[in-house]
Amino acid sequence: MIDTIFHMALVLAMPPLLLGVIGKTKAAFAGRVGAPFLQPYYDMGRLMQKGIVLSDSTTWIFRAGPVVTLAATLFASLLVPLGRHAAPISFEGDMILFAYLFALGRFFTTTAALDTASSFEGMGAAREVTFSCLAEPTLFFALITLTRLSGTMSLTPMLQHVTLSVWLATGAALILLLAGLFVVVLAENCRIPFDDPNTHLELTMIHEVMVLDHSGPYFCCILYGAALKLYLLGALFVNIALPFSSGNGYLDWGIFACGMLGLAVAIGVVESVMARLRLIRVPQLLVAALILTAFSLVLVVR
Amino acid sequence: MLFFDMMRDPAFLVLCAIVLAGCSGLPGLFLRHGTLGQRLASVAALTSSILALPSILYLLIGGGEASFTLNWNLPFGPCEVALDPLSLFFLIPIFLIFPAGSLYALGYWPATSHNSEKSVTFFYGLLACAMAMVVVARNGFLFMMSWEVMALSGYFLLVAEHGEKEVRSAGIVYLVASHLGGAALTALFASLFWITGSFSFPAPQSLAVAGGVTSVLFLLALAGFGSKAGMMPLHLWLPSAHANAPSHVSALLSGVMLKVGIYGLLRVMSFVSERPLWWGALLTAVGLTSALAGICVASAQKDIKRLLAYSSIENLGIITTGIGLFLLGEGSGNPRLAFLGLAAALFHVLNHAIFKPLLFFCAGSVMHAAGTRDLDRMGGLARRLPFTAFFALCGSIAICGLPPFNGFASEMLLYLGFFGEARSAAPFIALGAPVLAMVGGVAVIAFVKLYGIAFLGEPRTEAAAHGHEAPVTMLAPIGLLAALSLLGGLFPPVFMALVQPALRALAPDTGLVSALPVPPVWFAVAGGSVLILAAVLYLFLQGRVKGCSTSGPTWGCGYLRPSPRIQYTGSSFGVFFSSLSGALIRTRLHVDPVRGLAPAAARLSYAPEETLLHRVVLPFLNIAGVACAFLRRLQHGEVQIYILYIFVTLMLLLLWVH
Repeated sequence: MIDTIFHMALVLAMPPLLLGVIGKTKAAFAGRVGAPFLQPYYDMGRLMQKGIVLSDSTTWIFRAGPVVTLAATLFASLLVPLGRHAAPISFEGDMILFAYLFALGRFFTTTAALDTASSFEGMGAAREVTFSCLAEPTLFFALITLTRLSGTMSLTPMLQHVTLSVWLATGAALILLLAGLFVVVLAENCRIPFDDPNTHLELTMIHEVMVLDHSGPYFCCILYGAALKLYLLGALFVNIALPFSSGNGYLDWGIFACGMLGLAVAIGVVESVMARLRLIRVPQLLVAALILTAFSLVLVVR
Repeated sequence: MLFFDMMRDPAFLVLCAIVLAGCSGLPGLFLRHGTLGQRLASVAALTSSILALPSILYLLIGGGEASFTLNWNLPFGPCEVALDPLSLFFLIPIFLIFPAGSLYALGYWPATSHNSEKSVTFFYGLLACAMAMVVVARNGFLFMMSWEVMALSGYFLLVAEHGEKEVRSAGIVYLVASHLGGAALTALFASLFWITGSFSFPAPQSLAVAGGVTSVLFLLALAGFGSKAGMMPLHLWLPSAHANAPSHVSALLSGVMLKVGIYGLLRVMSFVSERPLWWGALLTAVGLTSALAGICVASAQKDIKRLLAYSSIENLGIITTGIGLFLLGEGSGNPRLAFLGLAAALFHVLNHAIFKPLLFFCAGSVMHAAGTRDLDRMGGLARRLPFTAFFALCGSIAICGLPPFNGFASEMLLYLGFFGEARSAAPFIALGAPVLAMVGGVAVIAFVKLYGIAFLGEPRTEAAAHGHEAPVTMLAPIGLLAALSLLGGLFPPVFMALVQPALRALAPDTGLVSALPVPPVWFAVAGGSVLILAAVLYLFLQGRVKGCSTSGPTWGCGYLRPSPRIQYTGSSFGVFFSSLSGALIRTRLHVDPVRGLAPAAARLSYAPEETLLHRVVLPFLNIAGVACAFLRRLQHGEVQIYILYIFVTLMLLLLWVH
């Protein structure tokens, strides 16, 4: 019970902090002070107070988009274990539900974008669905490798199976798998090098352009949902990358939270040292990540 | 008294319903004017369904079987029809979609505005009857007769608008493909006759002959039934046929007739006692190829019904993959894989029979409203057709295999089958999971495009701007199918209860793993909580912004005079992905450029073309056509000579026999 409360508290409260850490890291690289760590919370709080502007072209789908996406992501947050603690909900096949809830969110985000009749938002939607359908197989390859390693088909036992001894035995495969997963985390959450969350040119945007017309509390839902998605996919990564268990339950929560912050710093570093890829190069990188994870499967089979 | 006793027999009721379905269009042929004939046909269709569906469910769940032998004076053995779990299972889609389509036709294809209504209504009933006869027949000859009636009535239905050249050529292609498949099936039943000495179907698992012979049987069945089920590369007839038929016909063809092909394959497989492993490998490979290539081609279409037709190829590919996994599991002594594969396949048969007709019905309403099948000329229909738009959204989510609708439940079983294989010594089968994930991703492209471009945004043409909502006779069947789709997604055990008896009949060994590996309650919990959470959030935000929302034009990035024509079209939405899958499909431009000092009208048109069809098959067929031109002399249109042909052939055959 206490674990469930901790789990809920972490997934509900922590996601915007990752955005703050990423921003701070990027500022540090650029030699700026940067916005405070808690800036994303202020932004979301402010958005909740605001009114909205609705485009004349839109229907209820436009308003349902952010809402359904957030609802699906919230349910997905119950399926991922955080650190060495089991997820509140775990059953055989929950990793498929996990992946498909994100797909449901994507369906609604992109239809809401098409609802505005804006060609820019149409472009963003087309890019989003195309990149995701290349990123999805990578995630499934990684899951197959984990199934093979752990012999189970549920996220909690699958991720908790990865311990130090497993790392020592199959380190090479896990490194390849982590590389693939890191690319998925970046691509699915529209980070550099796939998409620039701070870009100001609509023609080159992916995620930001799909939500151009959303405002006020609906936009807050989108920002929060995006942060939560980053958090959940990041948790998948951190669970494999940090195979330590201190033996103390509370300390484990701390280790996991630190791991997530470390991931945020890593993303910030990637965003600082890399330029955005040309759109046409993005599929190539995604396919490369797919093949990396396929190699990890080959390595554990041999 | 005898009559009432018979009416108490559910199996007899099912047979009555089949006959009633076949006769449903008859009164209309004799009633000269008005819509009475069509309404009578709908009443007959609904009655047949009310008779049949409860009886089918009773027999299926209660485990009843029945068989009837008709005494005919034909030299092909006893004419046996029987209802066993497999037949009963495949009768469900027929008696679900046939009345729904019949009701839908009242608004969609009314006698008042369509001259072809009489023939369409008649053949619609005949098609349903013939499909049901195919499913219950237990005699090779009766099977082939029903099969031909089914194929031909399908032809007459799809050429309802034979005034258009495109429809006629689609009809010819359908007829040719269907007869090539029929030839394979004739060969199949002839070889069965040669082996068993009778046209009656052999008992399940009774056929134990040398491996080579069963393999020939299997390949013949795969060619005949696979071409009917639209497996790649035998699918070439399918898209144009389903696109050019009236929508309620497309729904029946796509939702049900393709499944009859699957039924045939399963039935023939059930005869054989030893099924080699390579059958499963072949079916899995064919299934995954069809699924991936089908949906990639679908995502590039701009014709709403062609998109749906290609997505049928994808879904039938998923079903075939399931059957392949079943055979692989059975052959390698892995009951878990066999169970999951077959359960996924049969479950998906039901699911596809629900959401595909749903989407075809919606496409029909959209075509009524916008006056075109071209997605690039639609837009903004959600505001004119709110109910159709809502149901189409349900169908689109379901067909992408997303929770909380039924497509997710069956794909989940297939995924579990693949994932379970990751633990085996040689996890090749597990490689299917990423392929299926990719199929799911591309399906999202295709259906976000279909839904977003047709229903959302601004109307791209005048016609789309003045569309009208469909009448209640069209909305009722759509709504029912949408509700069933949600039911299957939230409570999969309801559908699994129908799948289980057929599963046990086909594969008694899988009885060991009778329960789903996923506790079914999680489907309800996940789907239900997402729905409830979304509804609560929606209402909360609605209340939050009440009074402080203003409206304005869409942000045009500084451009002040946007018009609906600058919107992203369906083609522009799909082009980024199809640039990656260019080997399968290319959009070809036909340009009539501006020429000379006093130019004539210039034009540009574009259409997606399937590479396999336009670069390989059509050139080959053209060469074959030239090479076989001399055969055309035999076909001159003089009926008396044709009768002479038949007579001469019969005489020669008689001579040969004696």
